[in-house]
Amino acid sequence: MRLLIGLLLAFAVAASVGLGTTLYALQESTPFGSFTVGAWTAWPRTGTADIDPYARALIARSGELPMGAGDGVAFVATKDDNGAALDGRCDVIVSGVTPQARFWTLTLYDPEGKLVGNALNRHGFSSQEIVRKSDGAIEITVAPRARTGNWLPSGGVDRYTLVMRFYDSPIGVASRTGRETPMPSVKVQSCT
Amino acid sequence: MTRWLLWLASGLLLGGIVHFATILYLPSTATQNAYARISAISPVNSVVALPAPSAEKSVLPLMDPAFAAAVCRYDLREAPLKLTAPVSPAYTSVTFYTNKDVAYYAINDRAAGRRSIELDLMTAAQKAQLPDDEEISAADRLIVESPTQTGLIVIRALASEPGMMPAAIASLSGARCQPQAQ
Repeated sequence: MRLLIGLLLAFAVAASVGLGTTLYALQESTPFGSFTVGAWTAWPRTGTADIDPYARALIARSGELPMGAGDGVAFVATKDDNGAALDGRCDVIVSGVTPQARFWTLTLYDPEGKLVGNALNRHGFSSQEIVRKSDGAIEITVAPRARTGNWLPSGGVDRYTLVMRFYDSPIGVASRTGRETPMPSVKVQSCT
Repeated sequence: MTRWLLWLASGLLLGGIVHFATILYLPSTATQNAYARISAISPVNSVVALPAPSAEKSVLPLMDPAFAAAVCRYDLREAPLKLTAPVSPAYTSVTFYTNKDVAYYAINDRAAGRRSIELDLMTAAQKAQLPDDEEISAADRLIVESPTQTGLIVIRALASEPGMMPAAIASLSGARCQPQAQ
């Protein structure tokens, strides 16, 4: 009898711990091979055959196609520089310099990875269409209502994700944070 | 008391095994992965344009709206495949995925260094069967080895500004993927 109860206890613990940690891992992004600069995180290994099992499980569930390492690298930001979740009702300034790349694009998605509807049909900027400051730095305002300069409409959604993709860029698995990978800052200016 | 702790410890150990087993097993159970979604809209061994993502509808999540994209769902069981993709004015890339969405190879127009990107895709077995004299000329052509018999080739062309989108789409319409005659 005690053996049976013991076995049941062990199985109950195994099922709850095993499945619980798996579910938890699928809520989060993979911690392996990540590369963080300020608010931005990239997973260069996810675009190669060396992708880790956690990233594979995440991708299989989300249905996305990761960016191949020979194509470029994608940086994701879901929080600002102070660690607060990006809120579409706030004015958020993305400014600074970008790492070396032939082209880059910045795109705004909802947490499911869908584009956010707006009257302008603008979902992001590319390095070619952006208006730069005289020193070459970029400044993009993500805001629910029209702003001067480079305005990226947030659609007033609760939460959003910014993805900055660098095409034909030397950033890769061997990259280190610091001067060779300067990423723009993400700062909340005001909230309505 | 010790007995219960032992049962608990063995439960935790087993839980760890359950965790890793489910993580490893999950990709093979996914019915809504990118390969499945694209299979629903594309025939085998031909290039089809992927509809541009919009707020209402997107074939895959997290598509870059600045790009026109086309896909070739390949099946190498019959024969190796030849891929030709003309290079667009701004930037063109070709990424190869297995049927589990692992990006095993990607190349862009500058690395390809021609007016069009031309590649031969084959499995390791098919590459081993290449006649010797062909292997000499193989230096001129780029051979990509697919770890799986089926998968996806995604060709992306950048429209560096919205007005360039028709040109990017037009350049992709010239892309071909065809099984090679044996």
